[in-house]
Amino acid sequence: MNPSDSGPHSRRRFLTLAAVSAVLAGCREKEGDPAAQAIRIGLFGALSGSEAGLGQYTDMGATLALEEINAAGGVLGRRLELIREDNRTTAGESATAVKKLLSRDHVVAVIGDGNSGRCLEAGPLCQAAGVPMVSPAATNPKVTEIGDCVFRVCFTDPFQGAVMARFARESLGLSRVGLLVDASAPYSLGLASVFRERFAAEGGTVVSEQRFSGGDKDFRAQLTALKSAGIEAVFAPSYYHSGGLILRQARDLGFAGPMLGSDGWEAPELLEVAGRTAEGAYFPVHFSPENTDPLVVGFLDRFRRRFERPPTGVSALAFDTLQLVADAIRRAGSVDSPAIRTALAATREFQGITGRISMDSSRNARKPAVIIGVRDGAFRFLRVVDPGDPGRASS
Amino acid sequence: MTEFLQQVLNGVSLGAIYALIALGYTMVYGVLRFINFAHSDVFMLGAFVGWAAVEKLHLPTRSFGGGLAALALAMVVCAVLGVVVEKLAYKPLRNRSTLTVLITAIGVSLLIQNVSQNPTIGFGPNPRAFPELFPARQIHLGGLTVSTNQIVVLAVTIVLLAVLYWIVHRTRIGTAMRALSFNATAASLVGINNDRIISFTFALGSALAGAGGVLYATNYPSIDPLMGTLPGLKAFVAAVLGGIGNLPGAALGGLLIGLVETFVSGTRLSTFRDAIAFAILIAILLFRPAGLLGKLKVEKV
Repeated sequence: MNPSDSGPHSRRRFLTLAAVSAVLAGCREKEGDPAAQAIRIGLFGALSGSEAGLGQYTDMGATLALEEINAAGGVLGRRLELIREDNRTTAGESATAVKKLLSRDHVVAVIGDGNSGRCLEAGPLCQAAGVPMVSPAATNPKVTEIGDCVFRVCFTDPFQGAVMARFARESLGLSRVGLLVDASAPYSLGLASVFRERFAAEGGTVVSEQRFSGGDKDFRAQLTALKSAGIEAVFAPSYYHSGGLILRQARDLGFAGPMLGSDGWEAPELLEVAGRTAEGAYFPVHFSPENTDPLVVGFLDRFRRRFERPPTGVSALAFDTLQLVADAIRRAGSVDSPAIRTALAATREFQGITGRISMDSSRNARKPAVIIGVRDGAFRFLRVVDPGDPGRASS
Repeated sequence: MTEFLQQVLNGVSLGAIYALIALGYTMVYGVLRFINFAHSDVFMLGAFVGWAAVEKLHLPTRSFGGGLAALALAMVVCAVLGVVVEKLAYKPLRNRSTLTVLITAIGVSLLIQNVSQNPTIGFGPNPRAFPELFPARQIHLGGLTVSTNQIVVLAVTIVLLAVLYWIVHRTRIGTAMRALSFNATAASLVGINNDRIISFTFALGSALAGAGGVLYATNYPSIDPLMGTLPGLKAFVAAVLGGIGNLPGAALGGLLIGLVETFVSGTRLSTFRDAIAFAILIAILLFRPAGLLGKLKVEKV
């Protein structure tokens, strides 16, 4: 809980009051006694409501990072303070939450929701205020298109297409792949078009593309057409409810090749629906607790000790988000939002739990993805795939 | 050629399920002259009964005995449900205009959907996995791959259609149904208990929908409270296509819709699948307003 420091101050009035009332002073203050004050970072998320799990796991990841940073002496000699606002998973609430963080709490940076829609709501406010916002898990490309103050620590949706193209070509040695695309989902279309381009660039051929509409349950016709086109594998970027049925029907039709998907497949329901037919399915994720990298193992251990439960992918991403923001403040040598923004944009090879993170020119994290394979009815960590620089490899 | 045959097989096994649902629409239309829009939700409940048979009553999975028992249970429960819906919602409106009953049917449909979506008294809104009722195996015939589930769908549909044909054409109650459908007033004049026959028709149609629900879920093992809407709509189109009120017409319409959908889905036009199915309906209605097998009746005014 943060102490009650409410009061509607305009920036100007606030500045004049700051000398009198040091408690109220925001982080942008150059005056006063900055060393005594905590650096305030805002976090808005779905801490309650239908996606409370997402928000709470985000909060836990950020909290662990916060405690570790402060235990190690803070940033620039000052403590970090995390100010949390709940949007209750409700449309419209994220804007209100961020307004509070910006105008009342004067945070120097904001950690965004893991949901793209709610980041799209709050992002323009941060952009207008010039305060950098970093989302741990919003994968929709539009999020960082808001402006130069909006960042993400996860990879984008289309980026997975590049990851899977490299995985299919190099790790599985495939040369003929068929696409099964949800024509009603920009997510699926985006992944498919990147996959098509990158798979061809790496020397493979996309033999055939079949489409379906979201909510469809029958994929036999499309799969039959793909199978007849002589493919070695299917790439079907989709969500788990379609994915499970696609896996089941592909095997029903006697197709035995690898089935490639996207991070939308990461749900226990995929295994429940597909049952034994999920064997041989591969998809990329942001984080796997089975990764044996000592950094990951250490994080898992500390997280379990602190919260008495294992972290989810978004916990790891939120942990990295706060660590990255702290790192940017250190590199900027200042708690000035524009300086932090510039430092964030200049992030290169930041070693996080979810991989080495570099910010590209569109403020999207460029980092390796973890490939999950289904073995014996469970999601198994397979390998880490770095697709390289998407802009460079296609030339 | 192999691809063509495989698509025919895919289309027929999908169409068989549409046919089962379409029969319920067409039978109710035959006796009451209205479209029972709650029919697609009875179909959905059938799938959930099949799910509960395994998850709650612990019927064996991956066995033909257990699968058929779940199927029979779903048919019985849905038959009872169909009768209850008829008694509660439609019977009090027996002498009202068809439009009133039609709107009530939509209301019943929404009621069932919303109650089912409620997590405390219903099933909750999230899709859940449907267990493997029948042993799932693939049989290879030349280049063709047939799954046992598809064979089960076809076999069960053929048996149910045969039984239905026998009931409608060879039993007293079936004769009464046909009489009622032909002329309700005259039927009651010769001593047919119309209410009983209407209940029986609902039971029969709902049992078929229940079977359809279980078979659909066996082939597409992800079920949710709104799963009935789209197949229900397709089956309705199938019933109209074949000639509403006409039993063989409903079966033929179901098969045709299943085949058209499958063949469209296998081409570049796949996203226009529903549009093409409905365009065919419009074309049929333009050139044969009574449907493929229906007979046009001139209504005297």
